[in-house]
Amino acid sequence: MWRLCLVSGIAVWLAGTLPAGAFIAYVSNEKSNTVSVIDTDKWAVIKTIKVGQRPRGIEFTKDGKFVLVAVGDDDTIQMIDTATQQVADTLPSGPDPELFIQDKAGKILYVANENDNTVTVIDIERRARVGDVQVGVEPEGMAISPDGRFLINTSETTNMAHFIDTAARQIVANVLVDARPRFAEFKRDGSELWVSSEIGGTVAIIDPVKHTVTTKITFNIPGMRKEAIQPVGISIVADGKTAFVALGPANRVAVVDAASHQVTKYLLVGQRVWHMAFTPDEKFLLVTNGVSNDVSVIDVAALKVIKTIQVGELPWGITIAKQ
Amino acid sequence: MIRLFVGVVVGLNALVTTAFAADPVEIAIGYLRRAGVKPTLSMVEQPAENDGVAGARLAIDDNNTTGKFLNQHFTLEEFRLKDGDDAANAAVALADRNIAFIITDLPAESLLKAADALRGRGAVLFNAGAIDDRLREEDCRANVIHVAPTRSMLADGLAQYLVWKQWKRWLMVVGSHDEDRRFAEALRRSAARFGAKIVQERVFEDTGGARRTDSGVTLIQRQMPVFTQQAPVYDILVAADESEVFASYLPYRTWDPRPVAGSAGLVPKSWDPAQDQWGAVQMQNRFLKLNSRRMTALDMQAWTAARMIGEAVARVNSSDRKTVLDFLKGPDFSIAAFKGQRLTLRAWNLQLRQPILLVDGRMVVSVSPQEGFLHQVSELDTLGVDQPETKCKLH
Repeated sequence: MWRLCLVSGIAVWLAGTLPAGAFIAYVSNEKSNTVSVIDTDKWAVIKTIKVGQRPRGIEFTKDGKFVLVAVGDDDTIQMIDTATQQVADTLPSGPDPELFIQDKAGKILYVANENDNTVTVIDIERRARVGDVQVGVEPEGMAISPDGRFLINTSETTNMAHFIDTAARQIVANVLVDARPRFAEFKRDGSELWVSSEIGGTVAIIDPVKHTVTTKITFNIPGMRKEAIQPVGISIVADGKTAFVALGPANRVAVVDAASHQVTKYLLVGQRVWHMAFTPDEKFLLVTNGVSNDVSVIDVAALKVIKTIQVGELPWGITIAKQ
Repeated sequence: MIRLFVGVVVGLNALVTTAFAADPVEIAIGYLRRAGVKPTLSMVEQPAENDGVAGARLAIDDNNTTGKFLNQHFTLEEFRLKDGDDAANAAVALADRNIAFIITDLPAESLLKAADALRGRGAVLFNAGAIDDRLREEDCRANVIHVAPTRSMLADGLAQYLVWKQWKRWLMVVGSHDEDRRFAEALRRSAARFGAKIVQERVFEDTGGARRTDSGVTLIQRQMPVFTQQAPVYDILVAADESEVFASYLPYRTWDPRPVAGSAGLVPKSWDPAQDQWGAVQMQNRFLKLNSRRMTALDMQAWTAARMIGEAVARVNSSDRKTVLDFLKGPDFSIAAFKGQRLTLRAWNLQLRQPILLVDGRMVVSVSPQEGFLHQVSELDTLGVDQPETKCKLH
């Protein structure tokens, strides 16, 4: 009896400190050269990690052991050990890495190197560079098709989405999109590729089989000048019904019906919204606000901003995983 | 073995594609430049011999990286005038070689001669080097697209910031050459437009003489305080000295401790080597790598011109001059040029809308249009002569 009490007591105590839904978010702060760690139960920064210069692209490894962060001005990708929350190692990314993506197994990392028009292929475990693919001018956005066969890279001055065969590491198709494409995201069923064009002000919906733009999402916010609407980060929920698009200096996140491609709502967030990530249960979406130095928390079901969390200077990228 | 086989097949495929690919579409872009380089007061601002054309060369590289995926190939045909050469003849010679797109770095008068000589030829000039408002107003031409900002855009960009900063009382010093007077005229217009007051104007006469002398600084240090004393109360000295005679001598030497703007101090420009926002670092790095020097405003204006042509050719997927020009002049054209927003053409005079950087030689201090200067069409149209005031009648 006593033992049972004790055990259940421990269970209760454990539940109190580590609730089942505890997630952790890592936010790269481009200006302060730090990564802020957010506990999503407390909605508070619990640690600030010093990293290299100009941290931007940030992603958990598939095994959750590391957080990778591209530190562009140090020409490398740093690996933060999630157990110690300290930088433990680096990857040979090539010059000025910005965004990157892992293959499904989490073994290969594809990195966009803005300065030399290449995508670098890295073996994560061996920490070794194993190949390069020549792409357009200023590669940036990276995505991988759900079946793993195609890597997508967007090039900002060439204004294309390049389809790269991951086995042959060769470009197989190029799709012209609007000016300065910055981010690419597949629907989880692989039926559509979404590419945001920051300067063009649109999101192109691309048929990944035919390699054609089937439609373009445009954004109209009353009273907002067109030039200020600059789509960057995109997140699409797993069921493919709803998508969110960060609109940069328009200070809003657009909610898009992902089937009809119509904007249904604009959510006011902080200033210059860049990138976003869902909590793994997709109940919340966290977005980084570059100029107001905070992260907005969006309740995905209610489509409401419920919280703002102060982070470091000029937050840019964000990644979330189970604690 | 199987892997080897696959490798061979892929290799063969690549070979076959290359061997049977159609010849790329060739697009030749002309570059017509003025003779000589004007001397500057500051050694570090002395333009390089390839000022401007270096930017166009980088844009050709950028266009060709994109062209690789579209089977398009761009080349630059450079032509530099010598003293006494006729710009019109040179432009016609380029057009005779079937070059439809010509970037120019020419003074206003030569540019007009070249434009008129090309009338009816289907060729178009991209003005990268002349800031004269009259080329976009009473002397506008349907076959000239203006990539360089105008004097009035530069002056408005500066004035908006000074007004925002509450430095509204200006002491204006104007040089004695025509272009100095034109810049002063633009600054007067800006002051009236945005609510600044020119408390007094002084003229700095160019009495000739060398810009660099062995004992120069001692004399300048005595001259400039004296020249600026007994001024009415003012917040900032605004200098109009495009001729590079005196403005750069003013900072830190005014009688009253006041900042300087205009042709020295805080200077309005289309571009600066210190510009690092909105992805500009990549651009600056590419330029530095190719040319082993920093990128000037003229380099950027030429880069933008060549990129506009490349962008239009890529979008219409054709080198047909009429198709390309119709797209360039149409409502769907825009260009990304590291200024934080898309740049478009003013349909009424073919002037490229663009933000204006305010730079101090080391840093970008601000970028205009300033917050709060609103416009019903585009905030970029708060800079320069707007449609309701235009004197331009194309066609």
